[in-house]
Amino acid sequence: MRSSGQIDQGGAEGVPTGSPAAADPVADPREADFQALIDADQRIEPRDWMPDGYRKTLIRQIAQHAHSEIIGMQPEGNWITRAPSLRRKAILMAKVQDEAGHGLYLYCAAETLGVDRAELIDLLHQGRQKYSSIFNYPTLTWADVGAIGWLVDGAAITNQIPLCRCSFGPYARAMVRVCKEESFHQRQGFESLYTLSHGSPEQHEMAQDAVNRWWWPSIEMLGPPDTDSTHSAQSTAWGIKRFSNDALRQRFVDMVAPQAVVLGLTPPDPELRWNEQRGHYDFGEPDFEELRRVVGGDGPCNRQRAAHHLKAHEDGAWVREASAAYAAKHAATTAAA
Amino acid sequence: MTLVVAGAAAVYTLRIADDCLVLSHRLAQWSSWAPALEDDLALTNIALDLLGQARGMYARIAELDGTGRSEDDYAFLRGERAFVNCQLVEHENGDFATTMVRQLLCSTYQLAQWQALTASTDEQVAAVATKAVKETAYHRDLATDWTLRLGDGTDESHRRMEHALAALWPFTAELFESDAVTREVAALGVGPDPGDLRPEWDAYITRVLGDATLPAPEVSWRPTGGRQGLHTEAFGYMLAEMQHVHRSFPGVTW
Ligand SMILES: [Fe+2]
Ligand SMILES: [Fe+2]
Repeated sequence: MRSSGQIDQGGAEGVPTGSPAAADPVADPREADFQALIDADQRIEPRDWMPDGYRKTLIRQIAQHAHSEIIGMQPEGNWITRAPSLRRKAILMAKVQDEAGHGLYLYCAAETLGVDRAELIDLLHQGRQKYSSIFNYPTLTWADVGAIGWLVDGAAITNQIPLCRCSFGPYARAMVRVCKEESFHQRQGFESLYTLSHGSPEQHEMAQDAVNRWWWPSIEMLGPPDTDSTHSAQSTAWGIKRFSNDALRQRFVDMVAPQAVVLGLTPPDPELRWNEQRGHYDFGEPDFEELRRVVGGDGPCNRQRAAHHLKAHEDGAWVREASAAYAAKHAATTAAA
Repeated sequence: MTLVVAGAAAVYTLRIADDCLVLSHRLAQWSSWAPALEDDLALTNIALDLLGQARGMYARIAELDGTGRSEDDYAFLRGERAFVNCQLVEHENGDFATTMVRQLLCSTYQLAQWQALTASTDEQVAAVATKAVKETAYHRDLATDWTLRLGDGTDESHRRMEHALAALWPFTAELFESDAVTREVAALGVGPDPGDLRPEWDAYITRVLGDATLPAPEVSWRPTGGRQGLHTEAFGYMLAEMQHVHRSFPGVTW
């Protein structure tokens, strides 16, 4: 899954608060052509001229989206060695591998904007770029794997489908591929949870408990309420953000509420009910204070996730150095030959 | 605990399946811990291939031993003494050098084995082997590339590779042991006697280590017993983790 979002209390699509979205101090004459392209729903490509703010906003958003994919490997990978059947183990391994692949395409998309992956990873390690708040929650039982697939990949799809039409070509194209895989993940998660819910009483209880824990954090994944999300006007004008956080949140709830009925599981929201007049589900107020705390670094697993990624990176330093040394020797040999 | 399968062909096939499952599990433990994203993807790829190979073989074993058990019965409901994988595959991951040396030693063996098994008189085994040959050739290539890079990379990587080779080399003797089971199976044309795979393995490994500037270790210790269900202490922990959830909910569907 991996949503791009909610970073820095950011918008549903991960546009950081107080982002460098501010317009350039001196208007560039090329800006009108750029904006005309966007307004005509054309794609901006890496070689095209673009305002500095647009470039910076995208680098940050794409990087944070990539980091989310990569950090998200941790909570789910946590269950690979304990998956209860060989079939589920294969599905989970393939899913976690897909997330690594998503991270890779996204880092590549960011690189087209003139940064490199190593820099972005340093920013992650320094805490200057974030990742989706959702991955700061722990996966405590096997059912969490199903709940993540259903809810977290579901919220990610809700966020990402509009990004398939994002104005920046490489990001939009990466999202098309990613969304296909995310919807596959969501179906697999749903199916896993369905099996548990319709299994033994203990399995059902495990599934319900997982939904109790993942429901609200998934809804919060769509970002802070529109009333707190003041930075999105520029992103909207730039064709990066197409729907407000609250609009996406409603869309997500409308998708998963009826699915919960099929699953035979009860979302932990007494206010959740169909509203005939609105043609949407009503739902309770998410705990945005909690979202703020988790995004701010005080979720259950923020420290653990960061330490894990840093340790893997540092443990791998000698391997990367050896590769570079070998490549240099080899290049020297080839050149001499 | 005695072996849970009966018949030479079933025992022989189970050894191959267990090698694949256990090595797959070890590689999967790397998920989110690899030196770079590309390596994470590559290690999981190999782990997935091996898991698929194991599943193909378990399906056949259930027919060969006449019990019709499921793949999960083999994976999750046997105890330490009923697994018949070699000890090399269960060796703990250690650092990236240890994992890659283990992969080179295993994949080279498995590739030779799968190649021979494509001619198996057991058609189902031959079918699994045909697919596995392609996959395992890639595993061996990847491990070979890393052996060259790390062996001939920096002083540190070279030292780590030497250390890994010294630790793992003793476990390779077991790969080539013959016994009544392997002799019977070879006579029936089901699969190669492991001893017959040795020349090809020796030739390949010697060449790669030479190119990687790594001397093959001299060792006197030759641990053995995996094929009889005698494993290392680390294996019990691996199984405990792997089987815990499955065994906690007996008889349910996942
Ligand atoms: Fe996903
Ligand atoms: Fe993803």
